[in-house]
Amino acid sequence: MTVILNQSFTGISIGAVLLLIALGLTLTFGQMGVINMAHGEFIMAGAYTTYVLQKSISSAGVSLLVALPLAFLVAGAMGVLLEWLLIRRLYTRPLDTLLVTWGVSLMLQQLARDIFGAPNVQTSAPDLLTGNISLGGGITFANSRLFILGLALLCVLALTLILKLTPLGRRIRAVVQNRDLAEVSGIATGQVDRMTFFIGSGLAGVAGVALTLVGPIGPTMGTNYIVDAFLVVVVGGIGQLKGSVITAFALGVLQSVLEYSTTVSVAKVMVLVAIVAFLQWRPQGLYTLRTRSLA
Amino acid sequence: MTTTTPSVTSVPLLERFRVPGGFVLGAVLLLGVAPLALSDFRLSLLAKYLCYAIVAVGVSLAWGRGGLMVLGQGVFFGLGGYAMAMHLKLADAAATGETLPDFMQLYGTGDALPWWWKPFANPAFALAMTVLLPMAVAAVLGFFVFQRRVKGAYFAILSQALAAALSIWLIGQQATTGGTNGLTDIQGFFGYDLNDPVNQRMVYFIIAAVLLVLMAIARQLFVSRYGELLIAVRDSEERVRFLGYNPANVKLVAYVVAAGMAGLAGALFVPAVGIISPALIGIVPSIGFVIGAAVGGRASLVGAVLGAIAVAWAQSTLSDAFPAAWTYLQGLLFVVAVGFLPGGLASLGVVLRKRRTRTTPIPTGETA
Repeated sequence: MTVILNQSFTGISIGAVLLLIALGLTLTFGQMGVINMAHGEFIMAGAYTTYVLQKSISSAGVSLLVALPLAFLVAGAMGVLLEWLLIRRLYTRPLDTLLVTWGVSLMLQQLARDIFGAPNVQTSAPDLLTGNISLGGGITFANSRLFILGLALLCVLALTLILKLTPLGRRIRAVVQNRDLAEVSGIATGQVDRMTFFIGSGLAGVAGVALTLVGPIGPTMGTNYIVDAFLVVVVGGIGQLKGSVITAFALGVLQSVLEYSTTVSVAKVMVLVAIVAFLQWRPQGLYTLRTRSLA
Repeated sequence: MTTTTPSVTSVPLLERFRVPGGFVLGAVLLLGVAPLALSDFRLSLLAKYLCYAIVAVGVSLAWGRGGLMVLGQGVFFGLGGYAMAMHLKLADAAATGETLPDFMQLYGTGDALPWWWKPFANPAFALAMTVLLPMAVAAVLGFFVFQRRVKGAYFAILSQALAAALSIWLIGQQATTGGTNGLTDIQGFFGYDLNDPVNQRMVYFIIAAVLLVLMAIARQLFVSRYGELLIAVRDSEERVRFLGYNPANVKLVAYVVAAGMAGLAGALFVPAVGIISPALIGIVPSIGFVIGAAVGGRASLVGAVLGAIAVAWAQSTLSDAFPAAWTYLQGLLFVVAVGFLPGGLASLGVVLRKRRTRTTPIPTGETA
């Protein structure tokens, strides 16, 4: 029993990381159907922001707190730049954006290698986040994991509020549901797209800060997460926040439970098979926008 | 392109012999000029590039003509490659009187060969598997995916995840698959010693011949009724469905054929290079298989093949000398080729011609 609970908690923390990464993708992928492979490099940018900050601010706690908003801005700015330079030219060919942004991601990785060097670097976590919390009965939860879980939920909350309550959120939802209709209703879809990309990419930066707590920082760190994050968005339903939340935790728990009963690699394969089977049942993902369009 | 279709009789002689003439020219270059002009070392490199070109033939069919973003070709390349390498490893072991391949003696848990290795001792079975196994996997996956109309981005991400899963699985099974190292140090090829340059040349000729044959087959598919249907599915799937066809089957055929070609390429890659490993089939190489076709021109068979060869050549030449610069160049190649020249270099002529005509006033009054 303890083992199962512990595995589920591990799963939840894997899910929290996935969720943080997938949140931004839900926005950019959902709104524009754009597959941004450079999203992983925005994560990397966020992580390196933390690293650089820690070099100038010695206190790990302060630098982490400063890093969160700063990484959001850095990654967000990179996202806007990418959108403005390339992606907006490719809206009619969303699949091609995948290859174009993959090229961008290659270049950004090399840039990171040139600036920070190829080997992974490490940041030190604040003391508060290094220990474990015991939940009784032999169940423990690492503080850093708990922090990531809290951060992920906070981001979900903030994003939900923005989407539901602000004028910007209303416009974003309008463009997701029907771009043409939104445009003839007087919404400057180009500007909305850019803001969406800013927020979505910024969230990747925040995810990058969180990842510094659980792993090393390296030029290829984004690549390791990007496909999993896309799978979360696909299974959750494109552009559906609650779908991503449920899927991220479900995949995380499934992964960790399978990992426990088999091996890491077999678990990966089994999760993928489960996803293909799931898409048989619901090809559009867990939640879908009901539209009258074909296919 | 808005060229009028000329009737058969009015096709100029040159035009009518363009395709067969080009084919003969390609055959002469690959089978005659290249082996004479290139050193053994360069020829074996070319053999490797031609393997990528074989994958590109399939990519051109599935992606260029069918609009299927096949980002998981590494899976099929790997299945073919491993099927071939497993047989060659077993044959190598048998030649030295061992029952187990060398890496299994190092990492293996027992003395017995895993049951799924056993049939690969049979050369005919292994050869058949290099093509049939990838096709079977593609057929099963494609059937379920296309039947439920999973497409576009969903399909691209699924096929990418498949490539990731296979390479992770292979790395995890070190005792039976060689893990990260893969299957290396392959000595013989159906009784021929691969260390002998003459036999390396033979492998090159086999690869070049296979490429030419597959190009001919693909070309026939392109101009057949099926090829027209495939383009129709790419451009307007709904319309094809309303006309009474099942687009799922049309796509499935392209996907399976492309998978078979990738499998064959993987199988030929093993004797040419002497190794197959997870690093050659994961997400990154899988995207690499597509980029050559994208640079050369995905919908053009010759463009895709030449693009794949050129990119592979640039990669191995430049990445050794200037690793950093090559990565930037590769990234730039993706951005420029896919972003601004979707038809690839093959369409450069058309694009330029359009540019030139656009400066002259259009008489019809249409501004577009």
